[in-house]
Amino acid sequence: MSAAEMRACRPADYRSDVKPVWCPGCGDHHILLSFTRAFAELGEPPENIAVISGIGCSSRIPAYTNCYGFHGVHGRSLALAAGLKVTRPDLTVVVASGDGDGYSIGGNHFLHACRRNLDMTYVVMDNRVYGMTKGQPSPTTEPDFDTALSPGGTGLSPFHPLVIALASGANFVARAFSGEHKETTSILVSAIRHPGFSFVEILSPCVTFRPDEREWKTQVRPAPVAATDDPGRAARRLMTDDGFNIGVLYRGTRKPYRPQIGRAAADLAELEKEFEL
Amino acid sequence: MTRASDRPEISSLADLFAIAYQIEIDAVARYRLLADQMETHNNVELVAMFRDLARAEGLHAEEIRRLAGDIDVVAHAARLGSWKSGESPEEADLNAAHYLMTPWHALRMALAGEERALAFYRSIVETAEDADIKAMAAEFVNEETEHVELCQRLLRRHQAPPDSWSHDFDPAVSQ
Repeated sequence: MSAAEMRACRPADYRSDVKPVWCPGCGDHHILLSFTRAFAELGEPPENIAVISGIGCSSRIPAYTNCYGFHGVHGRSLALAAGLKVTRPDLTVVVASGDGDGYSIGGNHFLHACRRNLDMTYVVMDNRVYGMTKGQPSPTTEPDFDTALSPGGTGLSPFHPLVIALASGANFVARAFSGEHKETTSILVSAIRHPGFSFVEILSPCVTFRPDEREWKTQVRPAPVAATDDPGRAARRLMTDDGFNIGVLYRGTRKPYRPQIGRAAADLAELEKEFEL
Repeated sequence: MTRASDRPEISSLADLFAIAYQIEIDAVARYRLLADQMETHNNVELVAMFRDLARAEGLHAEEIRRLAGDIDVVAHAARLGSWKSGESPEEADLNAAHYLMTPWHALRMALAGEERALAFYRSIVETAEDADIKAMAAEFVNEETEHVELCQRLLRRHQAPPDSWSHDFDPAVSQ
């Protein structure tokens, strides 16, 4: 272990001094704990990790770690992260998003990031609501979510992110629950270690706009079957479960996409020359 | 949350002191985290209460360090395994927090933590074969019993809030 690695082996070493603004009781606090515990377990120094995000409550997470971070444009975290991973394949790239940012505004990026299979980890902190903007229904909200903002419910079928990830080519698919720190940490470690595009959906209750989600802690359970490397089998299991089976559900064997890129321009003059007409 | 059966292996008195110390240190960190959360959401009464609870747990940690004498509990705790649940018994339940929570809720959280710690030490008294470990665990049982009683006394001074305590016509926006 190098001196740098020895320096950063406690979860606290991955926390910044910025205090989270998330509501007390929000699952995102737990996920921050699990992020730092996973990084510590991996023994990767903070300067070798980049946490990239979009917009939303979940996307504040880069500020709360002292890894490299980028709080990007709404729904575009995967595009940013892909660019970073291609140019700096040595970095551990972890992308954080929410169900609105990741599945609605960034839905198209999600499909193609799975298909592209770059070696990075995509964590979606799913609370089935737009919390930051006061509780509008998101792509994963149940059709009967009846509030002043969605009278009578939306009546729309919820997005099924894990099945869509499988169908689009993600190489690792898992579901976690924010309140189960040990399991979530373990899943994050496995996801980061697995080659290719790893997708982890973490159920993260929004106690302010979805107080009913406090019950999730009594509904989640370990997945009754071990992970498979057969995407068809994994998809069938996911289509028939109730959304509360926790664990690694699919480990693929696809080779990660590692594009060969040319040498970067050494200075501005050289870069300008490349654009000469 | 943590169950007594989730505990790391205890095979010496040094292990017991180290675990007892770490339980208190984890509780300090968790109460400070909750105080920070309440500060962000301007619940000043709870900021003060969680800081007080953190201070109290810090004093307990120092007391355990003093009791441990020559044993370096800090270094020993770092070598021990973690709790199977990932949480130690006195860490307050983050799930139970809310920006509108009251001192009654905070004391309920604290009581639950002390009860978990009590159950943990009782399980050691019941299962330990080493007489020194059993005796020390029994002292910790007495200590935690006092903490449970203290939380219960404090709770009696606060009225349970109405069912609508978390209702907010204009919920916070988190930015």
